[in-house]
Formats: sequence, structure tokens, C-alpha cells
Amino acid sequence: MAYILIFITAIFVNNIVLSQFLGICPFLGVSKKVETAMGMGAAVAFVLTLATIVTYLIQVYVLNAFGLEYLQTIAFILVIAALVQMVEIVLKKVSPSLYQALGVFLPLITTNCCILGVAILVAQGTYNTQGLEANLLTGVVYAIATALGFALALVIFAGIREHLSLMNIPRGMQGMAIALVTAGLLAMAFMGFSGVDAGLAKALGL
Amino acid sequence: MNQLKVLWNGIIKENPTFVLLLGMCPTLGTTSSAMNGMSMGLATMAVLIFSNLIISLIKNLVPDMVRIPSFIVVIASLVTILQMVIKAFAPEIDKSLGLFIPLIVVNCIILGRAEAFAAKNGPISSVFDGIGMGLGFTLGLTLLGAVREFLGTGKIFSMTIFPDSYGALVFVLAPGAFIALGYLIAIINKLKN
Repeated sequence: MAYILIFITAIFVNNIVLSQFLGICPFLGVSKKVETAMGMGAAVAFVLTLATIVTYLIQVYVLNAFGLEYLQTIAFILVIAALVQMVEIVLKKVSPSLYQALGVFLPLITTNCCILGVAILVAQGTYNTQGLEANLLTGVVYAIATALGFALALVIFAGIREHLSLMNIPRGMQGMAIALVTAGLLAMAFMGFSGVDAGLAKALGL
Repeated sequence: MNQLKVLWNGIIKENPTFVLLLGMCPTLGTTSSAMNGMSMGLATMAVLIFSNLIISLIKNLVPDMVRIPSFIVVIASLVTILQMVIKAFAPEIDKSLGLFIPLIVVNCIILGRAEAFAAKNGPISSVFDGIGMGLGFTLGLTLLGAVREFLGTGKIFSMTIFPDSYGALVFVLAPGAFIALGYLIAIINKLKN
């Protein structure tokens, strides 16, 4: 049951973009159309889950085992860069249609800070595990939920921005200014979820 | 003279926070107070100066194919050194910035300047570019931090201006970051016209 709690908390209560400020660059950069937002969300979900598993295994079986914890940042960023490159090559061969859809977004993901951020959080075990022991399974559940939260925020924001582009906006507010204020209002709406995790824990009897 | 122009360019004309809109995650995530914003800005500036210097020195030794991976390794090593220095000498800053220190690696300003400036210019102007961009980033973060701290708690750099029971706490929380930055950019757009 606690896994459900981790899942819902990571998507709604502690949304990665709107309350943790990770992955803001793609959130602002590729949110002009719902379609591209979905593509980006899917690509991030795919890479984030894979990267979390690989970096966690490297942290436990290589870095911790040989006392190399200080190499964490370098090792993780290289793993993520290599993984993105590999996913690109594999997708190109296995599923050209998916590659076509995600193609443009894949290289951008290397510098998406929510991938490295979540990888570090899971490796350190400093995310909200709802009382469970931090291990690979809780890490993966957390990573998938985080990625879904990212995709959700991105798609909602893209939907609002599609409407915004039809509006008459004062000159100074055009472009990024109005987008940021909109994101602020969206973050405020997501703040309404705070406390849901505690209530849910009670309802599930945890 | 030319160096001063590079410096001016980074601070005002191509200010990374308000004009180029690069490095948004630390900009929004670490500016809950002016002090936090400034320490994040200075940490990024330190990495930026050294990465620009090293990359401008090694640019002719690195083959074009592996340019970006090798730049990332240089930046990641510098960030690791910085992380250790901050942990050893300023543990409070380490606590308040937390995850955002290792995330300097993926800050687009650093790789962006490496690619756009340091890979094409000599070491001296690259260092000046690093100082200019770093100061511009620090200025942006400190300003945003000061605005949020002032509106949210009535303080600037922990100096009380008005009692904090009048403050709008939302400016210290997540939504306030987006809204304050949005309006600051709008004001700057207005001033430019």
C-alpha cells in the first residue's frame, strides 16, 4: 500500500516541476504545443526510469563497493549521457516510428536536471519513501511517478499556453513573462494537493 | 577595452537570468532568500570561470567528435571539487542549497558558454566571459531572492524591513518563485522599450 502512497505523493503533492523546481528548462522550452509536450513527457519517462535503475546499481555495486562515492556526479552524468545515446541508437533500429516521434527530444534529455536530480535522490535515499526502506523497488516506483508528474505538468501547461497564444496580451508581458506567471498559478493549484498524502496514509491505514 | 565589453555583455546585455533565460532550475529553486540566491550565483560563477579557462586551454587538443562529452567531464570534475569545498568550509550553504550543488553540472549556462564562447576564444577573454556571465547570474539570483524574501517575510538579507506577519508567505513557496520572476522579466521588458 505504501507504494501507492509514494506514487501519488510524487505525482501530485511533491510534483517535480511545480514544487521541486527540477526540469524547468524543458517545462518552459517545449510547452508551446500539447503534442510536443506529450513527446517530451514520454521521452523523459522512458529515460528517467532506465537511468534511475542503472545509476542505482552503479552506486551500490561500483561506487559504494569500492569507496568511490566522491565520483558520483561525474559517473552519473556520463551514465546518463551514454544511456541517452544508447536509447537513441536502439530506438532507431527497433522502432523507427517511436524514434521519429521522440527523436528531437532525446538529445535534450541529457541536460534535463530532473534526470540527474532524481538519480541522485534515489542513490542517496533522501526521497519520501513513506516509511519503507529505500531500495531499488521504491526507487523505481518513485522514478516512474516523478516522470508521470513531469509529463502531467508539462501537458497541462502546454494546454494553457495553446490558449494563451490566442489571447491579446500586453506587450511587456508577452512571451516568457506571462508563461512564468501562468506556471505560478498552476503551481498554486498544485499546492492544493498538500496534505493529501497524510489523509491518504490515514485512509489506507498506514 | 575589449575585455570590459565582454564583461559588460555578460552582466547587462546578455544577462543569463533575465535576457537569455538560461539555468532556470537553480534560479527558481534556490532563491527563497537573497542570501541563498547569492551563494548559488557565486558557486555557479566559480565553476563557470574555471570551466571557461580549462576549456579554452584544451580546445585544440580535443577532437571535434568528443567535444561535448569531454566538456561535460571537465565541468563535472569542477563541480565535484566545489561540492567538497562547500561541504568542508560552508556546511550551512551545503544544507540550504542541497541537491542544487551537484545539479550545477546540468546548468545550461555553463555548457552553453563553453560551447558558444570558450571553444572559440582565448583563455583571457574566456575568463572575463566567465566573470561577466557569473556576475550577471549572481545579480539575477540575488535580485529575485531579495524580492521574494522582501515580499514573503519582510526582510532583505535577514534585515527586517516590516514585521513578517504582514508578509505574503506564498512568495517564499514554489508559486511565488514563478510569479516574481515573471513580473521581473515583464518590468525589464518594459524598461528596454
